[in-house]
Amino acid sequence: MQKQRGSTKAVTSATQSVRSSMTSTPFTRALEHLGADQLVEYYRQMMLIRRFEEKCQEMYTRSKIGGFLHLYVGEEATGVGAISNLQPQDHVFTHYRDHGHAIARGLDINPLMAELFGKDTGCSRGMGGSMHFADVTKNFWGGYAIVGSHLLLADGVALQCKMQKTNGVVMVFFGDGATNGGEFYEALNFAQLWKLPVVFVCENNLFAMGTPLEVHSSVTEIYRKANAFDMKSMRIDGNDLLGVREQVGEAVEHARSGKGPVLVEAMTYRFRGHSAQDTQKYRSKEDVEKHRSADPLEAYRKLLIDEEICPASRLDAIDVQIDVEVDASVEFADNSPVPGNEWLTDAGIYAAPLETLTVDPTLV
Amino acid sequence: MAILTVREALQQALHEAMQDERVFIIGEDIGHYGSTYGVTAGFLEKYGPERIRDAPIAEAGILGLATGAAMAGMRPIAEIMSVNFSLLAFDIIINHAAKIYSMFGGKFSVPLVMRTTNGWTQLSATHSQSFDAMFAYIPGLKVVAPATPADMKGMFRAAMADPDPVIFIEHTLMYGVKGEVPDGDYIVPIGKSVLAREGRHLTVVTYSRMVHLSLQAAELLAQEGIEVEVVDLRTLRPLDMSVALESFKKTNHAVVVTEDWQSYGTSAEIATRLYEAGFDYLDAPIQRVNFREVPMPYAKNLEQQVVVTTERIVAAIKKVLNRS
Ligand SMILES: Cc1ncc(C[n+]2csc(CCOP(=O)(O)OP(=O)(O)O)c2C)c(N)n1
Ligand SMILES: [Mg+2]
Repeated sequence: MQKQRGSTKAVTSATQSVRSSMTSTPFTRALEHLGADQLVEYYRQMMLIRRFEEKCQEMYTRSKIGGFLHLYVGEEATGVGAISNLQPQDHVFTHYRDHGHAIARGLDINPLMAELFGKDTGCSRGMGGSMHFADVTKNFWGGYAIVGSHLLLADGVALQCKMQKTNGVVMVFFGDGATNGGEFYEALNFAQLWKLPVVFVCENNLFAMGTPLEVHSSVTEIYRKANAFDMKSMRIDGNDLLGVREQVGEAVEHARSGKGPVLVEAMTYRFRGHSAQDTQKYRSKEDVEKHRSADPLEAYRKLLIDEEICPASRLDAIDVQIDVEVDASVEFADNSPVPGNEWLTDAGIYAAPLETLTVDPTLV
Repeated sequence: MAILTVREALQQALHEAMQDERVFIIGEDIGHYGSTYGVTAGFLEKYGPERIRDAPIAEAGILGLATGAAMAGMRPIAEIMSVNFSLLAFDIIINHAAKIYSMFGGKFSVPLVMRTTNGWTQLSATHSQSFDAMFAYIPGLKVVAPATPADMKGMFRAAMADPDPVIFIEHTLMYGVKGEVPDGDYIVPIGKSVLAREGRHLTVVTYSRMVHLSLQAAELLAQEGIEVEVVDLRTLRPLDMSVALESFKKTNHAVVVTEDWQSYGTSAEIATRLYEAGFDYLDAPIQRVNFREVPMPYAKNLEQQVVVTTERIVAAIKKVLNRS
């Protein structure tokens, strides 16, 4: 989001090593435009998501977290790369696998952990849990747990952007499995028909829960589904952070300039089960290992080191700092109060409660 | 007789159903994933992808295809993973499946079974609802919600034999419940309620998972000398009140326990039927125990207060008997 210049020194040395290869790549262009510090910042965001979620898993096992827990581990490059293109006036919608998008959009992890712990200090006051992170001050309109429907809400916010000329763009995340339901087609048609500023980001992780892509979709190149609407679309490598950043950046500019929506299909892979309950019968350990060995986070770390953007020691120090932050979020959550019983009254279910009560306080 | 869990009883019923070549199962994550709640685990391997159809996430599509196939002579079992997702198929269910027989002059019908689940466990607002009343509101649907492994098996059999669309409601917190299940051919008719426990002081009218909680409450109260009779409705449409009314005439007190919201919910209909037909036998106002009327909170401290507990049932019974 922020465009910071890196220290001149890092830029110079890295530019030299890149120059020796003599080709312009997303990396050289990002370095030139953003500077080294910003490239390191993306690493920090990806690592923060990773460590936050590893802690979530631990806390789930210890029953501090309940309900469904859908982890984003392995898909971080897509969320961080895509959201890095957004301005404060832009908007984000996502599905239940929402931790990564929330962190990439800059939500503080303390209220996120508190939300998972069902605490009053949670980003949704402990009412929503893992699938319902939101922060309206960041135009992060929330994670939605009914597959597909939120695409239409995203169109609605885009309509507001257009009608009130905010220059805002809406980015909406969803899975490959969400592209088979009616809402997806309704959302694409509305958006293209009315030239709404929406960037639809499909995170194609090859499975809808445990159903493989080729079993659930007649067209396995999801981006081609946009063709039916004459909509601009692209398929990108969702595991290459800087590639995602650049290509989604084009999509964002397209939408912002009034040319209409774009469907981006980011190819990625989730390393963990669909949710914490998943026994993963539908894929082999070898397949998962193969993808894990191409971990986007590791690959990006290696890039930063090899291109002399940042020494390993500094990245290690960032990791340590993240661990401290994540531990602090657990402490924050642990020490927070639970939400109060006002949520069980009309005041908890209506913005404007009426005198005639819905909730009978004398109920046994 | 064998002791089976609800899950095992349903598996038996589904395997039996699959003997009929016209039967196929369509639903999300029923095959490759291995089935969300384990009921169809192993079915894909046994029957193959022609008959165990892993469907795209498209609930209207699932019900729409099942309805069409049923009209033309197949015997589809449509599985909707969680009843909350059935909302996306309500047009098909209500405007189509429920109407077709009558609207086309009784010339053809929709022999469809839709299996789905109620349930909650800190899943928050959109994943913890009950739409029992919304299904039961619709003439043209038959709606069953059995409580025991035996009834699961026997009523599933009845549902499959039925020429009309049957909504078969299960419960995610009930799959491990055990009970005796008759071997082989076993059928429990749709639309017949049953006594789950005898007593003489008060009648609890209930169904599905709430039968088990009501029985626990009755057990607790028995230690205090209060004898509670528990009626398991088993079917919501058509609603058989005969057993409940018979019991009410004897006990003159009633509590209705249902795991849904109170206003316009299933308990509203059940209590009204008791008032209408049992007014002369009424000794005290009927109490209802239900979900508190809020979208389900995620936080455990709140969720625990929204859901029905044995303690709440006990308190309601004592209130009606004026013995608190
Ligand atoms: C309407 C609806 N149907 C079914 C579900 C259950 N469900 C939740 S996530 C999911 C799979 C979604 O897969 P995909 O869209 O590929 O996203 P991913 O989880 O892979 O990120 C399913 C079937 C749901 N939440 N909503
Ligand atoms: Mg997917």
